[in-house]
Amino acid sequence: MTFLPGSGMLKGLWETFKHLVDTYRVDLRWRGKRYGNAEGIQDRLKYDTRGIFTVQYPEEKIPSPENFRFVPFLVYDELENGEHKIRCTACGMCARVCPPQCIWITRAVDPATNKPLTRPSEFVIEADVCMNCGLCAEFCPFDAIQMDHNYEIATRDRWTDLRYDLQALSKPASYHAAIHPLRNHMEELERGAKNEEASER
Amino acid sequence: MTEATAPLVVSELVQRFPGWVSAETRPGYRGELVDPVHITEIARAVKDDLGYDLLSSITAADYPAEGVQDVVYHFSKTTGGAPLEVKCRVARDNPLIPSIISIYPGVEFQEREAWDLLGIRFEGHPDLRRILTWEGFHGHPLRKDWHEPYYDEEFKPFKDRWPNASYKSAEDRAPLKDNLQFPPGFNPEGWIQQDDDAIYAALKREAGGEGQGIKTDQIIVNLGPQHPSTHGVFRMAALLEGEQIVNLKPVMGYLHRNHEKIGERNSWIMNIPYTDRLDYITSMSNNFGYVTAVEKLTGVQVPERAEYLRVMMAELTRIASHMINVGFLLNDLGAFYTPALYALKERELILDIFERVAGSRMMCNYFRFGGVAADLPPGELERIRGLVFERLPGTIDDLDRYLTQSEIIRTRCEGVGVLPPERALAQSVTGPLLRASGVPFDIRRADPYSIYDRLEFDVVVGRHGDVYDRYLIRMEEMRQSVRILQQVVDKIPAGPILAGKPAWTTKVPAGEAYARVESPKGELGFYIVSDGKPNPYRYHVRAPCFINLTSLAGMCRRHKIADVVVILGSVDITLGEVDR
Repeated sequence: MTFLPGSGMLKGLWETFKHLVDTYRVDLRWRGKRYGNAEGIQDRLKYDTRGIFTVQYPEEKIPSPENFRFVPFLVYDELENGEHKIRCTACGMCARVCPPQCIWITRAVDPATNKPLTRPSEFVIEADVCMNCGLCAEFCPFDAIQMDHNYEIATRDRWTDLRYDLQALSKPASYHAAIHPLRNHMEELERGAKNEEASER
Repeated sequence: MTEATAPLVVSELVQRFPGWVSAETRPGYRGELVDPVHITEIARAVKDDLGYDLLSSITAADYPAEGVQDVVYHFSKTTGGAPLEVKCRVARDNPLIPSIISIYPGVEFQEREAWDLLGIRFEGHPDLRRILTWEGFHGHPLRKDWHEPYYDEEFKPFKDRWPNASYKSAEDRAPLKDNLQFPPGFNPEGWIQQDDDAIYAALKREAGGEGQGIKTDQIIVNLGPQHPSTHGVFRMAALLEGEQIVNLKPVMGYLHRNHEKIGERNSWIMNIPYTDRLDYITSMSNNFGYVTAVEKLTGVQVPERAEYLRVMMAELTRIASHMINVGFLLNDLGAFYTPALYALKERELILDIFERVAGSRMMCNYFRFGGVAADLPPGELERIRGLVFERLPGTIDDLDRYLTQSEIIRTRCEGVGVLPPERALAQSVTGPLLRASGVPFDIRRADPYSIYDRLEFDVVVGRHGDVYDRYLIRMEEMRQSVRILQQVVDKIPAGPILAGKPAWTTKVPAGEAYARVESPKGELGFYIVSDGKPNPYRYHVRAPCFINLTSLAGMCRRHKIADVVVILGSVDITLGEVDR
C-alpha cells in the first residue's frame, strides 16, 4: 500500500468533521429544543446519542437513578395523629457494618427504669468521612436508614455543617418513597409478609 | 485442574532440595517452606528448571506471637496454571533474607515495599530505600504492633460508636498527641529532609558515570509530583545528558494511605468499598479480585447469573479504562483533548450503567461474597445490549480511524519506549504492557476464573513492545471485551444473584489464599490470610500499576525527555493503586 504523507491525519480530521456535522444535524432535528429540558437531557443519555453530549450543570441536571447512593438519611413515618415516629431502633447494625466508622449512635434510655429503649437519643453521621458505600442501608433490618439522592452538600464549614445529627438526618417516609419507588415497594411487601406471619402466630 | 498441578511441582522442589524445602503443615496454608538462606538457589531452580518465568508477587506477613515473619513468594508460568507459592520464615527481630533481584529483577519495588512496610531487609538489593512512606518515617506500619495516628482500636467495628456513642471528630481525639512517633534522638525542629539526596545518589550510581562522545554535564530534572503528564501525584527524577534520559527513578507514595493496614483493621465485607479506591478507574475489577480471594477461602459457590453479571461489569470496566488510556494518548503527545473527549463520552455511557446498577459511577461497591449486591434494574439489560451491539463496535472503529494511522501518533510512538519480552518478563510486567511485548499472558486464559473458560475471546499480542503496539493492543482488547459482552448479554441466565442471604459478617476459615484477576492494568492479585476472626489477618494487594512501573526506567533510557510523558502514559498507571 502506498503511504501518502498526511493521509492518516486527514482521515482522522474527517472523523472530527463528522462529529461537527452531527451536532448541527441533531440540533436541527430537535429545532433547537434539545437543551434545558428533560427530554433533551434524556436524549443525551441514550446509548445511541449523537451530537452534543454534555449536560450544562447546574442549569441542567441529570435525574439520579433510583440506585444512586449518597450520604444516608433516617426515615420517619408520619403517624395519623401527626406524630413523627423514627424507624430506627438503635440496633447498631449500620454502625457495625460502616467501613469508615462514621456512624455514632447513642441509644435512648428510659429515665425511670434506666433500661435501654428501642430508639436513638442521638445519631451522628460524619458526612465528610462517609464513603457513600451504602452498606448501612443494605443491611438495616428495619429499612430505617436509606441512601439519599441529594449530592449538593457543599458547605463553608465542615466542622459544623457536615456533622449530621438526628434532626438533620431525619426525612419523611414519603421522601424515601419518592426517590426509591421500587425499593420502597419491595420493602413494603416484605414488611407486610412479616406482619402477616407475626399475626398468624 | 489448577489445584492438582501445584502440589506436584512442589514435591519436585522438596525432592530436589530435601534439606532446604519442607512442606507447609499449618492447616489452610499452601505451598512450601524454604530455608531463607537458600532462597536464591531455590528461586533460580524455580525459574530455570521448573519454568516459572514470572514472579507475580512478593510480600510478607507478620506473626508477632511466634516471633517470625513469613516472606511470601508467588511464581507464575506465562504458559498457564496456578501460581507456585513459596514461603520463608525469618526472625522478627532480625528479618534478613537474600534478595532475589539478580534472578527476578521485577522484585525491585516489591522488596522495597516489604522493607518499607514490614521491615524485611533484603541483602543484595542495590537500592533498598523506603518507597511508599517517606525517608524520615519511623517504624514499619504493617507490623502488628504498629499503631497509626488516630488509632481507635485493633479491629472495626469500634466499641465507642454504639450503643453509647459520644461523637468526637478524629481531629479532636488525637491532634498530634498520642500517636506521634519519633525515632530516638530525633529533633523535628532541626531536621532537614534527606530523601532527595538519596534518590539523586542512586540515580547517578546506577547510571555508572558519564557517557562517551561529546562531553556534557549531567543534570537532574524532576518531572512532577505536580505535573499533569504524570496522571496523578507521581514524580520522576530524571538524570539527563542534554535532552536524553540517562537514568530515571520513579518516586511515589504521595497518595499512600496504607490500604493494607486499613484492610487488616476492617472486617471482611468492609474491604469491598475500600478496594474501589485502589485503581479508581477500574473499581469493578478490584472488587472482583478481592471477592475471588475471599471466596477461595470460604468455598462459596457463586450463582450463575451473578457470574455473568460480574464478567459483564468487569469487561465494561476494561473498555472504560482502555478508553481513557487510548483517549489520553494524544494528550500525552501534546495535542489536547479532542480524542480524549470522544473516548470519555463512551466511558460516560458505561459509567451511567454502573450508576444505575450499582449506585455509583466510580466507587461501585457492587460485588459481595457469593454474588453481587443488586440485580439489573428493569430495562437495563436492553440498554447494555444496545451499547455493546450497536454503539461500541462503531465508536471503537471511529476512534481507530481517527487515531491509528495519524502521522503524529505513528512518528511519535513507533519505536519509542521499547520493552523486549525478556525484560518485560524479568521485571514482572503484566497486562497489556506485557502482551504488547509479545508474551500472550492473560490471567483470563492462563489461570481462568469465573466463567472466562466458557467465553470466546482472543488474547491480543503485539510484536514490537513499543508505545504504538500498546495503543493497538488496547484498541483490540476493547473489541475483544465487546465480543465477550455480546456473549454475556445473550447468554445471561435468570436466577439468584447471591448465594445464601445477604450477610454483614462473613465466616472465613483460617488459612491463606492468593487470587488474581486480569484487571485492565495487569495481574491484580490479592493475598489474604485469615485466622478465623471477622477481620483479615493479612491483606496484601499485588498492584499491577505499581509493579509495571519497574520497567519505566529501562523504557525511557536513551529517549528524549519529551518521550517520557508518552511512555509513562502507555504504562497506564493510576496513582490510587500505585501508592495504595
